[in-house]
Amino acid sequence: MNSLFDVIFTTDFAFSVLRVTTPILFAALGALISNRAGIINIGMEGIMLVSALTGVIVSAYTHSAWVGLLGAALAGTLIAGILAFFTLKFKTHIILGGVAINMFASGGTVFILYLLSGDKGSSTSLASKVLPSVDIPLLKDIPVLGPILSGHHILTYFSIIAVFAVYYLLNRTPLGLRIRSVGENPHAAQSVGVSVIKIQYTALLLSGFFAGLGGAYMSMGYLSLFTRDMVAGRGWIAIAAESMGRSTTAGTALTSLLFGAADALANALQVLKIPAELIGTLPYVATVIGLLVYAVSETRKKNRKLKSPAAK
Amino acid sequence: MFKVKYFEAIRTTAVILIALVIAFLIISLVSEQPVKTIGIFLWEPLSTLGHIGNVIEMAIPLMFTGLAVSLLFRANMFNLGAEGIFYFSGVVASILAIHLTTLGGWLHPVVAILAGSLVGALLSAIPGILKAKWNANELVTSLMFNNILFGIGLYLLNYHLRDAKAFANVSFKFEETARLAKILPGTRIHTGLIIVLALIVLAHLFLYKTKWGYELRMTGINREFARYSGMKTAKVIILVHLIAGFIAGMGGSVEVLGMYNRFQWTALPGYGLDGALVAMLAKNNPLSVIASALFLAYIRIGADMMARLSDVPSEMISIIQAVIILLISAEQFLKFWKNRMLLKEAKANA
Amino acid sequence: MQNALLEMRGITKVYPNGVVANQDVQFSLREGEIHAIAGENGAGKSTLMKIMFGMEEPSDGEILIRGERVKLQSPQDAIDRGIGMVHQHFMLVPSFTVAENMVLGMEPRKGTSFNYAEAVRLTEETARKYNLAVNAKAKVEDLTVGMKQKVEILKALLRGAKILILDEPTAVLTPQETEELFHELQQLKTQGHTIVFISHKLKEVKAICDRITILRGGRSEGVFAVSEVSEQEISRLMVGRDVVLKYDKEHLSAGEAVLSVDRLNVQDSLGKALLTDISFAVQAGQIVGIAGVEGNGQTELIHALTGGLSGVLSSGAVRVAGQDILAADILAIRGLGVSYIPEDRMRQGSAGDASIADNLISIRYRSKELNKGPFLNGGKIARLAAALVEEFKVRCSGPRQPIGMLSGGNMQKVVVARECSTGPQLLIAEQPTRGVDIGAAQFIHQKLLELRGNGCATVLVSADLNEILELSDRLLVMYEGQIVACFEEPSRVSEEELGLYMLGIKRQDKLPSGRAAEHV
Repeated sequence: MNSLFDVIFTTDFAFSVLRVTTPILFAALGALISNRAGIINIGMEGIMLVSALTGVIVSAYTHSAWVGLLGAALAGTLIAGILAFFTLKFKTHIILGGVAINMFASGGTVFILYLLSGDKGSSTSLASKVLPSVDIPLLKDIPVLGPILSGHHILTYFSIIAVFAVYYLLNRTPLGLRIRSVGENPHAAQSVGVSVIKIQYTALLLSGFFAGLGGAYMSMGYLSLFTRDMVAGRGWIAIAAESMGRSTTAGTALTSLLFGAADALANALQVLKIPAELIGTLPYVATVIGLLVYAVSETRKKNRKLKSPAAK
Repeated sequence: MFKVKYFEAIRTTAVILIALVIAFLIISLVSEQPVKTIGIFLWEPLSTLGHIGNVIEMAIPLMFTGLAVSLLFRANMFNLGAEGIFYFSGVVASILAIHLTTLGGWLHPVVAILAGSLVGALLSAIPGILKAKWNANELVTSLMFNNILFGIGLYLLNYHLRDAKAFANVSFKFEETARLAKILPGTRIHTGLIIVLALIVLAHLFLYKTKWGYELRMTGINREFARYSGMKTAKVIILVHLIAGFIAGMGGSVEVLGMYNRFQWTALPGYGLDGALVAMLAKNNPLSVIASALFLAYIRIGADMMARLSDVPSEMISIIQAVIILLISAEQFLKFWKNRMLLKEAKANA
Repeated sequence: MQNALLEMRGITKVYPNGVVANQDVQFSLREGEIHAIAGENGAGKSTLMKIMFGMEEPSDGEILIRGERVKLQSPQDAIDRGIGMVHQHFMLVPSFTVAENMVLGMEPRKGTSFNYAEAVRLTEETARKYNLAVNAKAKVEDLTVGMKQKVEILKALLRGAKILILDEPTAVLTPQETEELFHELQQLKTQGHTIVFISHKLKEVKAICDRITILRGGRSEGVFAVSEVSEQEISRLMVGRDVVLKYDKEHLSAGEAVLSVDRLNVQDSLGKALLTDISFAVQAGQIVGIAGVEGNGQTELIHALTGGLSGVLSSGAVRVAGQDILAADILAIRGLGVSYIPEDRMRQGSAGDASIADNLISIRYRSKELNKGPFLNGGKIARLAAALVEEFKVRCSGPRQPIGMLSGGNMQKVVVARECSTGPQLLIAEQPTRGVDIGAAQFIHQKLLELRGNGCATVLVSADLNEILELSDRLLVMYEGQIVACFEEPSRVSEEELGLYMLGIKRQDKLPSGRAAEHV
């Protein structure tokens, strides 16, 4: 047990929690926006994957990490746009649409990768760029906090800013008001001329944009290349985090951090010979339990029934 | 003149044609010799007995998961858990195929497959019970379960089944007695085909000819109506989860024992989600699952052959599959046409 | 002829499921009038006004505003042209405040932010201007129904509505609130607004409307000045013939009590009383009618009789043939010979995508006669279905046709056929003829009387006073969860008198059941 604490209570561990939380947090914020508009986007995994590859390809051909990032974000938005087009225009079932996006991404990225690099496993032959890490002046010199909070990848800081941005968007802007109204009572929104479809398009595109940033982080920060299926379930963890976070910005961010910690722990505990495969299931187990607790309490609330005295 | 009642059949055909056209377009863009490549994609799967065998071998797991998902969709349950169950039951069957050395002859695979199926049924019942009792969203729980089961299965493979002497990350060898017999010389088609065809016929009878199947269909169409009529819809929902889990679990077990001599999946094999595609193409009809699984297997083997014999990678197929899913579940696709027909018929009747 | 402010010509609407809701409907609205659209449930009123408000696009026909052809493809198009709508089911976001609901879709801004203070100011200003007081900062989920309606009207006015469509606005209101609403509408009229008033309550139409357009079966039956037509004429046009139904009921001596309800109390989870001390009995061969304005406990009472009571606190007893069914499940209750024709045939009473045959056997598919070993007996089911389709005159292409393709009346006949053909001891009939054509309604009435003749005890809950007065052997009136009146000879009670009880203006002191002490 002592060795466990030795692993956890280090600045290195805290640093790595933020590092692994970043992609989850981006995607979870994306899932949050689309869920608040009443549509559940389960294509996060696939969108992240496509964006990760796009970031690598664009940065390799333009020799600019920033253009690569832009490409990744646009790719994520575009894929979400395709999903939105089919689900909102053609009324494809949103869940099956998400399944299709994931299927498309897992094979399609390998297809493109092979065409461009002749390799189906990774993008080693593409000279892609990585986005920088940043030391924050003043903060970096503070003991404990400095090593934890400073020196992160630029997108990690973006993800933290994104939490506040999404909060502002949802709770303090006209668009946020409309997104929430569409999610809660689409008929009400429609009746005052708010185009439900337009709002849901916007929300889905935003969810794709954020998932795209998460994907870019995977291949231009977390790793410095694209590898096959590199998102490895982070899209699902993000959906789980949003669900556990009860669709609030703060809840989603905190749960993402918690799941990030579980992820970091899985890496750290490998040193202690605790199987990473099992630790890796923790976020999902936590989500099932969370869902269950919520569902049971809801049912209990409904079913408080007094025994009929005459039925004795 | 086309009638409204043929609409679904016409639409399915249109979706398949569009998917094939997109496949041709991709090939034309990518390949140096597009015509030859398209020829390989279309004809090679049917060119030899061995290749036809490949198509049927591939169709077997697709039929299992397609059938399982069809039943769930029929009950209006959006459960995509067949994926994790297929995988995990494969692990369970493998454990018994490796360690159960005392059972001889035909009993060995039977026990291994039944164990895998039962585990599948029990695992599948969990989201079912959570849904039936507390209305917990079966979609989210089943998706989470896929990841949980994969984690546990991979752990079992890496820590308990792994053959350190093997070159790759694979399990110990199965006992020879555990493997399913081949039934057609020159192919690897195994007895799993007979099992799945029998299951499909049984499912058809169950769904359309028994009172339990009737309850399932009514619950799926309108749960409120079923409850009002006196059906125990919670039981129906748990039952369909048990059956679907049993079938998906059997599929995983049969696939492992029919096609491999070691357990070697280090990623989810994808058959569960493919099952959703098969079910959609089959309009959730058990008997149609056969044709729809064969079609999917055919274009996949075609893509494999194409990758081997030409310059287009087989991953193209996942793009085609995505297109099929997007269009086949698209209610509005070609709907304008149906509406026009309806308007005409209504005017004719007025 | 005066120029029309808004005109609809030849409007036809066919829904994707094949239902023809409007057929060649004509409608013309003059500036500054209150114009009623009247018709029975299912006559196409809702569809017509959805088209008027851009929520549905007509399959055929054209709309003109001040003589100019317009296409209303969304509510926004309608709003831009000065059309506002107050929906029957309020279009409000419950978790938002009044001010947030008011400005949704036209939010005031401050930079990129939503300017909430300005939203509150706008709300209060509009409320003052039209003399409709609301609390801008209250959450909508906490408001009373009448208050929510005010918010809806203000919402439309804030958006510059000159034409205001109100969809059955009084259905959910108390009489006082209705009075208040009428006063407000008159006031809006004098301020130059034009009002479309959708209703099937003739007295209300008479009270405040200038002209009336009548719809029947999806077609328009004409437009009249309200002062020049009598209620009888209007109702004749609405239902196609004289609405007065007369049935010759043979007099039956009452049998044993099949159903007895004893001091039934039901509260919701917050402790609000939904039913208070309900006691009555129904004997074999007797139809007991329950009248009341919707939402006065009828729904809860039916839930209690049919095993649908969940999530509420209850006490007392409901006995069928001596057995308490309050805690029993639906299967057990049906096992006692209880049949139930539900109010909502789409949501509860049928499985739309399933065949007529499948819908007919849903309460008897377990029976021995329909099973052969482990399998259903397909031949017998087919014969049974064919016989019932024949007997109940269901117009369809055959028992294998999906029930969702049928018209409302035929669908209801299937439901009634199912529930009446199992030889029930007790029938709960909830709005059995709502929204069906008069022919089907009379047919269903005959079937109910036939069952009565066979000794079936029936509880009939209906908003159709004509139906309930004519069919019932005894009539109970519910108001605010209590039985406030009981009539032994319903056919001699006038609608006017009944109305006084239904609206809570009068109540009988001495009820046969007596008033029990508080029971929790």
